[in-house]
Amino acid sequence: MQTFTQRFANPTQFMGLSARLLPWVAGLAAAIIAYGLYLAFFVAPPDYLHGEIARIMFVHVPSAWMAMACYALIAVSAFGLLVFRHPLADVSAKAAAPIGAAFTFLALFTGSLWGKPAWGTYWVWDARLTSVLILFFLYLGLIALRSSIEDETLASKLTAILALVGIVMLPIIKFSVDWANTLHQPSSVLKLSGPTIHSSILTPLLVMGVGFLVLFIAMHLKAMRNEILRRRVKALQLAEVARAQSGQVTAPAE
Amino acid sequence: MDLGPNAPFIWTAYGMVAFVIAGLFTWLVLDGRAQQRRLADFETRGVKRRTGPEATTTRSEG
Repeated sequence: MQTFTQRFANPTQFMGLSARLLPWVAGLAAAIIAYGLYLAFFVAPPDYLHGEIARIMFVHVPSAWMAMACYALIAVSAFGLLVFRHPLADVSAKAAAPIGAAFTFLALFTGSLWGKPAWGTYWVWDARLTSVLILFFLYLGLIALRSSIEDETLASKLTAILALVGIVMLPIIKFSVDWANTLHQPSSVLKLSGPTIHSSILTPLLVMGVGFLVLFIAMHLKAMRNEILRRRVKALQLAEVARAQSGQVTAPAE
Repeated sequence: MDLGPNAPFIWTAYGMVAFVIAGLFTWLVLDGRAQQRRLADFETRGVKRRTGPEATTTRSEG
């Protein structure tokens, strides 16, 4: 009897399951984010210190969470490819990279817009901002490395190795605000001692966080479906070329 | 809704988030349609990856 993961590992099974799930996941993401935006603009009070500008937090923090979560997913997928040779692992890693890069860009961009009124500057080369910028370049590196190698099997293995090496950036980003003297405020939600934000602001933030997570799942499912279709197209192209070549070889004998 | 003197920063941040997410969404939908079109084109031309009774099943997608 096949386990759930074995069944899910089959691309054809995945295509069937994801086709059924995708509209619901996408709709759920839209509904949660719409509710989160309502809470962010009409329920959450201005921050006692930063005032209205703190409303940027409701998109900045979830973007940063997704930037890191997406990289963790890529690293797990890379591990699944290199160790277990899971048939969907490389598809997952390849599909997640552009989405992760987009969320990392959003975290940097929105953080910069928050920084100008809060700190007086759009950018400072401190530990948190610089480490997230490196994460962004790491995403671009993964995309560039894969597209620069013709042999897809080699490209997927080299990209997986780079992804696993790059996982070191996640604890550096997370603890950069504790280890280094930085303008960025310390962690106030994901703490062992519990969140230090008032519930009137924490609730919208968590709702937006869940909304971004579900949105990411929807986009990742769609990107994986596209990648599976792309590989089917490529296999058909190769089959067509092989058939044409065999026809040319056998033609003189006929 | 009065967001005070920093309103341009807030609206720019939310606008960029909407723009990037909309861009990703559009790219994913268009890319999916393009792949579907190419697959349909192969199907109409009768191209299959394998010959015989297993020709319609998938093997190397992953």
